[in-house]
Amino acid sequence: MGRLVARRALFAVPALLLVTFGVFAVAAASPFDPVRAYGGTAVLGADQETLDRLRANLGAGEPFAARWWRWLTQAVTGELGDSGVMRQPVTEVIGERLVWSALLCAVAFGVAVLAGTAAGVLAARRPGSWTDRAVTSLAYTLEAAPVFWTALLAVWLFALQLDLLPAGGLTDTASEHVSPGQVLSHVVLPAGVLALSQLPWFTLYVRQGVGDALAEDPVRGARARGLSERTVLLGHALRSGLLPVLTLIGSRVPELITGALLVETVFSWPGIAAATVEAATSVDFPLLAALTTLATVAVLAGNLLADLLYGLTDPRVELNRL
Amino acid sequence: MARRRTRGAAALAAALGTAAAACSAPGSGAEAGSPADSVVIGVSSEPDTLSPLLGYGKDGNSKIFDGLLAHDAGLGLEPALAAALPEITDGGLTYTYTLRQGVEFSDGEPLTPADVVFTYRTVLDEKTNNTSRSELNAVEDVRAAGDDKVVFRLKYPYAPFAGRTVLPIVPEHAAGGQDPNTGSFNTEPVGTGPYVLSSWRKGEKLTFKANPRYWGAAPEVKTLTMAIVQDDDVRATRLRSGDLDGAVLPPALAATFEDDGSRKTYTATSYDSRTVTLPTANEVTGDRAIRRALDAAVDREAMVDKILDGAGRPAYGPIPVDDPWFGPGVRRERDLGKARTVLDDAGWKPGKDGIRARDGRRAAFTLLYPSGDKVRQDHALAYASDARKAGIDVTAESATWEVIEPRMKDDAVLAGFGSTGDPDYGLYTTLHSSLAGDGFNNMGRYDNPAVDKALDTGRRVQDPLARKAAYDTVQKELVEDPGYTFLTHIDHLYVLADRWEGLTTQTEPHEHGFASGPWWNVEDWQPKE
Repeated sequence: MGRLVARRALFAVPALLLVTFGVFAVAAASPFDPVRAYGGTAVLGADQETLDRLRANLGAGEPFAARWWRWLTQAVTGELGDSGVMRQPVTEVIGERLVWSALLCAVAFGVAVLAGTAAGVLAARRPGSWTDRAVTSLAYTLEAAPVFWTALLAVWLFALQLDLLPAGGLTDTASEHVSPGQVLSHVVLPAGVLALSQLPWFTLYVRQGVGDALAEDPVRGARARGLSERTVLLGHALRSGLLPVLTLIGSRVPELITGALLVETVFSWPGIAAATVEAATSVDFPLLAALTTLATVAVLAGNLLADLLYGLTDPRVELNRL
Repeated sequence: MARRRTRGAAALAAALGTAAAACSAPGSGAEAGSPADSVVIGVSSEPDTLSPLLGYGKDGNSKIFDGLLAHDAGLGLEPALAAALPEITDGGLTYTYTLRQGVEFSDGEPLTPADVVFTYRTVLDEKTNNTSRSELNAVEDVRAAGDDKVVFRLKYPYAPFAGRTVLPIVPEHAAGGQDPNTGSFNTEPVGTGPYVLSSWRKGEKLTFKANPRYWGAAPEVKTLTMAIVQDDDVRATRLRSGDLDGAVLPPALAATFEDDGSRKTYTATSYDSRTVTLPTANEVTGDRAIRRALDAAVDREAMVDKILDGAGRPAYGPIPVDDPWFGPGVRRERDLGKARTVLDDAGWKPGKDGIRARDGRRAAFTLLYPSGDKVRQDHALAYASDARKAGIDVTAESATWEVIEPRMKDDAVLAGFGSTGDPDYGLYTTLHSSLAGDGFNNMGRYDNPAVDKALDTGRRVQDPLARKAAYDTVQKELVEDPGYTFLTHIDHLYVLADRWEGLTTQTEPHEHGFASGPWWNVEDWQPKE
């Protein structure tokens, strides 16, 4: 197990180098102008001298490879640089926002796993039954619905029509402090939408896994011995049926990140994803590079977690072979 | 920073740990009967920074800060941190300000001339990423004199200089010793103004509290919240639900609040014009006959009625019709007959398709407008259809600013500009030939020696009458050779809960939202009895 982690960590190094270099290259090739993004509307009245001075101060005129190298050598020492568009150090941007994104994703993920497992087991109990068909078709429908569309629909229904839940933000506009109650009521809609986007996968996988397990010999034997349906379901079928779900959990990270990107934007949630969008459109190299690194690490860690869990729960798997 | 992080962590733990907490619907407790000592406003854009060193509040009304001077409701200058208007000597080369006594920053430190000097020197520093530094181009140097005076020495006599000194003053002890571009002062400002920043959650809202150390009268409005809501429809919805007390809105949405007894609509006139630049380098738009024909052919009244729902005024030049600087004989009627005559006389003859041509060149050009701006798009399309009636073929095309910038010297652009405070501020940068093609100044490269001369006179002489005459000349010359087709000056509309009385609006510049609207002087609001 230790060897697996070490090997993956070694692999992460070239992967990160490649990804960050790619981000610098793509950003440099994009049509966005860092000086324009930095100055906002004020630039549209600026003279050439000001534009040139900003370009020099922001280092926007340098070739991207040189900027990447400088960023890399500084990042290794823990110096992540300053975000131009946010007018503050990158570490500060991330420190302020990461916790809210983590909260959103954790709640959404927890809900998705629990609800998905429940729905999957329900459907798997009697394959082909009315329940099974309803759950499955609903899952496929949700799978096809784009996240931003679901988000807008949720805002329209729960905030505008029913006036049940706040439409956006972290707290009410007039409230001055971040209180747990406020955050809780404000996290419901965005986390719900994000959970909904992850739900179909879990449901279908659990249904498949538990369904297969229910048809296996040990389960049939358990039933024949007259064990209660509950014991059979929870003790036998669920244990082997949840294996594929465990592997899935880690590998869902990339989808979760892109989902969070859209959800945070729609609900003006003050998280890291909203900052990512801004960093990208304003070619804010230091911030963009740091956020991309963060996302890459999350994805790699997710995959590692999946393999570790799989290896720990399934005795047939040899970790060192992964 | 650490404080905020721990609070976040606590909230996280609480949110995950507590299963139930009272949910409150938006708008609860924000409806009628709300206290007059707090106000929540929805604006469309967020300031990038709250540091005046990078340009925040440079036109005044910044809430957290004061300048040496300030603008009153009629945009006249009045003393703020200075005890009186400046003393102007040396034929307009030296401006001396005497500081008000007993002013303290919100952290308790006294205001000194060194703070003023620090502020201006930092803004003028090459290394500071201030986008409006060129507004202080006239300054040679600034120094402290004694313990209550600040002296500015100018490179050339610059009559409207006093208006530039509404620039907010920052404390050296708080903002010094850090990088002005990324330092903590950008998000944790300290000033002398009527309010202090109590929290700023980027992308969501800023909350201000009355400053107990404020040198002026204590504000009645104790809490001011600025919510950042980019989308117009969402802003209107949140205003309707009571989540917001006031908001800036486009005319069509503001109209939906007309019959609302608990809210009032405020209309602010502005210098904010929608104008077509006619590049001098382009053989069609550079031709004086074409320019005059276009100027006569456009139906400005119709644009105000149809595009702006009446919330605006026809623009006959850079200066709005109701401004004291507006010149005599500048207002003119639409006259298609005149447009055709001018073109006929200049040898532009109609071809088979109705489009005129001269020496084999068709009277056709492209008009670019920034994509996503519906008001500018409507102006561009109306302009093209009016031009066609005179036999000129204008192709309206949308593009991002990245695409427009390199094409500004050859193609017409539907631009928006306007600065308040002094005619020099807006006119010099858009009309003077020395700034032709200099960044975004004088985009169409207008070049008219008579205009150059009048602009130079207008900024150098102190005598108000001589200045008025100079700007009258500029406007007259623009009628003769309209290198820009000025179309409309647009009004800015604000809807606000009717809990205060005697609210006013100032004439506003092109930028609006944060420092303008009826809340430009929120510190002076009085609750209704």
